[in-house]
Amino acid sequence: MEFLSYLISGISLGSVYAIIALGYTMVYGIAKMLNFAHGDVIMVGGYISLTAMLSMNLPPIVAVLLAMVVCTVLGVIIEGLAYKPLRSAPSLAVLITAIGVSYFLQNSALLVWGANPKSYTPVIEGAMKIFDGKLSISYISLLTMASCIVIMIVLTLFINKTQLGKAMRACSEDKGAAMLMGINVNRTISVTFAIGSALAAIAGVLLCSSYTSLMPTTGSMPGIKAFTAAVFGGIGSIPGAFLGGILLGIIESMAKAYISTQLANSIVFAVLILTLLIRPAGLLGKYVPEKV
Amino acid sequence: MGQILKVDNINVYYGAIHAIKGISFEVNEGEVVTLIGANGAGKSTTLQTVSGLLRSRTGSIEFNGEDLAKIPPHLVVRKGLAQVPEGRRIFQQMSVEENLEMGAYTRDKSELEGDLEMVFKQFPRLLERRRQIAGTLSGGEQQMLAIGRALMSHPKLLMLDEPSMGLAPILVEQIFDIIRQLNEAGTTILLVEQNAQMALSVAHRAYVLETGKITLSGTGKELAESDQVRKAYLGG
Ligand SMILES: Nc1ncnc2c1ncn2[C@@H]1O[C@H](COP(=O)(O)OP(=O)(O)OP(=O)(O)O)[C@@H](O)[C@H]1O
Ligand SMILES: [Mg+2]
Repeated sequence: MEFLSYLISGISLGSVYAIIALGYTMVYGIAKMLNFAHGDVIMVGGYISLTAMLSMNLPPIVAVLLAMVVCTVLGVIIEGLAYKPLRSAPSLAVLITAIGVSYFLQNSALLVWGANPKSYTPVIEGAMKIFDGKLSISYISLLTMASCIVIMIVLTLFINKTQLGKAMRACSEDKGAAMLMGINVNRTISVTFAIGSALAAIAGVLLCSSYTSLMPTTGSMPGIKAFTAAVFGGIGSIPGAFLGGILLGIIESMAKAYISTQLANSIVFAVLILTLLIRPAGLLGKYVPEKV
Repeated sequence: MGQILKVDNINVYYGAIHAIKGISFEVNEGEVVTLIGANGAGKSTTLQTVSGLLRSRTGSIEFNGEDLAKIPPHLVVRKGLAQVPEGRRIFQQMSVEENLEMGAYTRDKSELEGDLEMVFKQFPRLLERRRQIAGTLSGGEQQMLAIGRALMSHPKLLMLDEPSMGLAPILVEQIFDIIRQLNEAGTTILLVEQNAQMALSVAHRAYVLETGKITLSGTGKELAESDQVRKAYLGG
């Protein structure tokens, strides 16, 4: 029963990683850049939803929507101002810029919301008891897992079935050829950032609802873990981000429960390194042989 | 026969490399015009500049009387100009049908079925393989897909960059037959080739490009018979 409870909390944590990893992986797939500020957008989503619920007394669902809107706009602005001018710059320049944006967001949050951790009001409270009350699953865990599954399904359908989704895949393979088809590559990249940032807002709400504490650096560690999850699953692959996120959450939860809380993060990264040694493209990353 | 493309004194650079040195040429409606030249002459650079992927520092590129200089590449297609790029550059991880759909990106969705039918009629092989992932097609099939994809936009002018590259002789024949058919059906064609013999046999007019400059021009027949072209490109 204890094992089951750790498993569920691992899947729930992994679901948050997966939602964040989806943003990382989509942006990487299309803009070919690692948006290290992605984790900090999560934090902004957390603060916006908290402010909406506490100071503006808005119902949680409205607070979530507001956080999504603000983060979407933020993501598009970041892309347009910081990354778009560097479209043909070396990738190191883009990476350094992304780290700069990350610090900028953290310090802006410090300025606006202060350094002290704020306690976060979960969007739903309570727990479901099963097996005669031996196992209790919090509603927020259930909501987190359900959100992750819904997001995964909607995103997969979007990417595979809609014209815009297909255009994204075309851009991720060959931007020049995509332009020759009449696809507006810049706009497609903006849309990708918008989607990734909206997902980050959802992840922010879910994460803060589970851990109920929020400060300007809240997004960093989950951001890095989710990035690890994306690489673990195969960066650029949507099912890969999902699988990588869930597995990472389970590994972390099990390591904390059965090995050591202090070592949990080291174990997570050790698993990543081992996986990459065996499968350099990640679990679901693929090499497509190119014909010349 | 009106002029459909008029390229006037373009100069294109890659950083400090001066790749295209003031070339001018034109394509008239209904023609097949070919640009021939050795490796590195600047043929692909020229086509990419016409499509807007590269920019000229001087001169102008007029398509149907409209200056393309300021038009971003994704809008150039909408004017009726499609390119089959060098090396095909199909979307390897997408299916054959999705590649064709991308070719129809600028078209009305309601016309997709009809457009697909048109391309499948031209290339029955693609119909058999419509769900196959494009990266797993043979080289010849990939070239057909690249041409079919460009046709999906219903171009007035189709630019082909070395469509015969890497294909067996029988497939090269087939590709050139297709070019002839497309032209007879009313598509104007600008063809870039290293296979000068084949190119000159289908072209109404031709230009010879050497290290960024046009050194010779004339009808396909004239160039095929000229000593300079025979020595340099036709092996005697
Ligand atoms: N991206 C680039 N950066 C720098 N120089 C380039 C680049 N692309 C082409 N060049 C140079 O520009 C010149 C023209 O190249 P281009 O590709 O247009 O030749 P081409 O006639 O198409 O040759 P090929 O028949 O081999 O395809 C060459 O000298 C080439 O080295
Ligand atoms: Mg070339």
